Amino acid sequence: MQQRIGVFVCHCGTNIAATVDVSAVAAALGREPGVVFARDYQYMCSQAGQDMIKDAIKEYKLTGIVVCSCSPRMHEATFRKTAAAAGINPYMVEIANIREQCSWIHKDKDEGTEKAIILGRAAIAKVCLNVPLTAGEIPVTKRALVIGGGIAGIQTALDIADAGFEVDIVEKKPTIGGKMAQLDKTFPTLDCAACILTPKMVDAGQNEKIHIYSYSEVVSVGGFVGNFTVQIKKKARYVDETKCTGCGLCTEKCPVKNVPNEFNLGMDTRHAVYIPFAQAVPKVATIDPNYCLMLKNGKCGLCSKLCGAGAINYKQEDEIIENKYGAIVAATGYNPISMDKFDEFAYSQSKDVITSLEFERLMNAAGPTGGVLLRPSDNEHPKTIVFVQCVGSRCSADAGKGKEYCSKICCMYTAKHAMLTREKYPDTDVYVFYIDVRTPGKNFDEFYRRAAEQYGVHYIKGMVGKVSPEGKKLKVRGSDLIADKQLHIDADLVVLAAAIEPDKTARPLATMLTASMDTNDFFTEAHPKLRPVESPTAGVFLSGCCQGPKDIPETVAQAGAAASKVIGLLCHDKLTANPCVAHSDEWMCNGCSSCENVCPYHAITYVEKEFRMPDRTTKIRRVASVNPAVCQGCGACTVACPSGAMDLFGFSGKQISAEVDAICR
Amino acid sequence: MKSKNELLRENIIRTSGADVKKCMKCGKCSGTCPSYDEMEYHPHQFVYMVETGDIEPLLNSESLYKCLTCFACVDRCPRGVQPAKVVEAVRLAAIRQQGKNRLTPDGVEKYLDDEIPQQAIVSAFRKYTK
Amino acid sequence: MQVNEYKPLIVAFCCNWCSYAGADLAGNNRLNYPADVKIIRVPCSCRVNPAFVLRAYQRGADGVLICGCHPGDCHYTTGNYYTRRRMALLFSMLSYLGIEKERTRVEWISAAEGAKFAATMNEFVKTVTDLGKNRRLEDLRCKK
Repeated sequence: MQQRIGVFVCHCGTNIAATVDVSAVAAALGREPGVVFARDYQYMCSQAGQDMIKDAIKEYKLTGIVVCSCSPRMHEATFRKTAAAAGINPYMVEIANIREQCSWIHKDKDEGTEKAIILGRAAIAKVCLNVPLTAGEIPVTKRALVIGGGIAGIQTALDIADAGFEVDIVEKKPTIGGKMAQLDKTFPTLDCAACILTPKMVDAGQNEKIHIYSYSEVVSVGGFVGNFTVQIKKKARYVDETKCTGCGLCTEKCPVKNVPNEFNLGMDTRHAVYIPFAQAVPKVATIDPNYCLMLKNGKCGLCSKLCGAGAINYKQEDEIIENKYGAIVAATGYNPISMDKFDEFAYSQSKDVITSLEFERLMNAAGPTGGVLLRPSDNEHPKTIVFVQCVGSRCSADAGKGKEYCSKICCMYTAKHAMLTREKYPDTDVYVFYIDVRTPGKNFDEFYRRAAEQYGVHYIKGMVGKVSPEGKKLKVRGSDLIADKQLHIDADLVVLAAAIEPDKTARPLATMLTASMDTNDFFTEAHPKLRPVESPTAGVFLSGCCQGPKDIPETVAQAGAAASKVIGLLCHDKLTANPCVAHSDEWMCNGCSSCENVCPYHAITYVEKEFRMPDRTTKIRRVASVNPAVCQGCGACTVACPSGAMDLFGFSGKQISAEVDAICR
Repeated sequence: MKSKNELLRENIIRTSGADVKKCMKCGKCSGTCPSYDEMEYHPHQFVYMVETGDIEPLLNSESLYKCLTCFACVDRCPRGVQPAKVVEAVRLAAIRQQGKNRLTPDGVEKYLDDEIPQQAIVSAFRKYTK
Repeated sequence: MQVNEYKPLIVAFCCNWCSYAGADLAGNNRLNYPADVKIIRVPCSCRVNPAFVLRAYQRGADGVLICGCHPGDCHYTTGNYYTRRRMALLFSMLSYLGIEKERTRVEWISAAEGAKFAATMNEFVKTVTDLGKNRRLEDLRCKK
């Protein structure tokens, strides 16, 4: 059938029209073979623009349309809906990207116009070969997986469970709680972190719909939206979770006492069998195989003798569990960066130079000092404390160290630390060196001003250049840019607001999820403004700091948003599949299995089929058959096929060749 | 037609190889500078004044010769701006513009004592002459 | 005079998930690169049949670029590994045909690397411009 194509060129206000002569593009494309209608308009995506498309489709009996506008990643779905509303198949739409890939990158109007015409021509050549496609349906597994059990993961899981769906949390540490469990107070209201977090942890632990895999890791992810298959490795904790009552007798009597306590960032020690902190969920002991005498050399066994519940099992092994999920939420969180490259602050030389997270533990009533602020070196009260902000944040790539982004939370927690110190110990001098104080948040600036005005914290505009330990003091040299002076402060304690970075497990996880990441290893969102909690990979959602630096209120808000997206997905019984899948021409297929071998989804199987030959005999041949519900449409098979039997709907060999021809004409 | 000052600014930026626009005004260079108290204009001011084109005061300042070229600021600058190289470029421009050397063989004698290593004299000549 | 005005014709195949998004990001950030590059969107770099590359040269393209996700980051898990192997074979064929090897290139550009996309395009256009017109495989019958 002769195609009747309509071309619609969008001005996008001046975004396109400024560097592309849109009416000339419409005129030139109107002369292309097959085109019966071509028009330009100010905003094609607006209601009026879409109505214009619908009217044209009806009036000119169009069989396919080309929209020359922004990226198809932006509005392809919009225009497909428009086409469907006007009664033509939604897959008879092609987008020519003349904004991101033309008008925005070229300055010369003639050049831009010429390129826009060529891009439009390629889209017309392609749409002429489009075929109507019908999307299939795929079932949805009504269960979600949350990877990471910090505040982001806990909140996401609670919200999903609230809607009635099953959720599993995978947490690599022996307890959920994450970084927030380590914090003392939270800005700007100064509630104690444990008081607001631990009830949520208990809720998650007791919720019937939530299952927590603590001390576990995700080792492989297969499948696709609605049908993920995930393998979870439950690391051996040498304690039977179902029997352990969390009484803590073993953790008191264990003879190995010198293990650095990671929960207190190594500032005190724990036993080889331990419960990370009092409110841990699940409250189950874990044996550290690197230190346990029984596991290392088979001598001791004290905990096993003491345990009334008989929960200790030295023979426990790692266990792999395979589950099916409909949606996956990444909530892998953050860590402070290493201070190795910032030796001017003497972090490695003095115990009294600490990071803010360590300061958080020093102030915490459950911390190594029982909440009394004491110098780590000699347990004395520090009289002069210097806080240094932006350590490793906002560094240029040229500097060869640190992170380019602003870590966002440091200004506020430093104000909090300074304020709490002055409140508890009014005789302490507190200096905060800052480059800019960034406080965009509800009641944030008021909080920071209170630290400066009511609590008398000395805010100094400038940066510390050097910290040198001398005797019991730390000589701090920094600049005061307002006074135009170089300051020399004899400090007792220096606190570094270290930049935060995504957890190291995020990168391998992103590879397993085939979710994209930015250059800083933060997960990328599907759209930075309009789809901030979704990954570009369907069925994968983002919660908390794995997407970018966030404070607690923002993390909780994003966790709720991610949960609502998951719920929106799981409440469907069926999902519409991508119809741009591979299909094979059975008459051309020679049964070689090349396609079967390259398919990453095992979507291709071979079947024996009876064929009626031209000479009226029948013959049984082995031919490829694609399962459209499983095929994701990558096209690897189409190139592997030696006989040209395999082709891809939406991106067929003919279509791409036609585009090449149109561009090279 | 570019003004003389604009040409001078471009020349300084080119010879220093530093991108002064990258500076975020944190003052770490001046916080770290060991000759801070000797200087009238401090490392961060060098960067800022070259950025804004206010170069004349720098050319006539003694600060040019107080920089030890220890490169602490270059090492610690979080933006990779290289303030010491900016100072050096201004110094070079001053020496070239004034057309005379800061140090002459006759003038060395008064600085000499038993403590000063020969290396220092050699590098002083390298730095303070065109 | 003609030499200065020579504009190469470059076809870039970009995978939908990484490189095409990277090209969009370059646009969002208004990073300029020459208009000589025309992008064709494919679902994955492994959809690029070597025949498409040959066809482009036959129709008069002066350079062809195939862009995909970084190895290990393919949206379809393994697609770009296939691309890498296939293109290695294609390269030896192209050099056998006498087409300069600099004309064809495989680049890994992620969705976050808008700057890298623009830089790659600038550099590639310059390389191809220096090489001049592709005459080896061009089929003049294809031209109007």
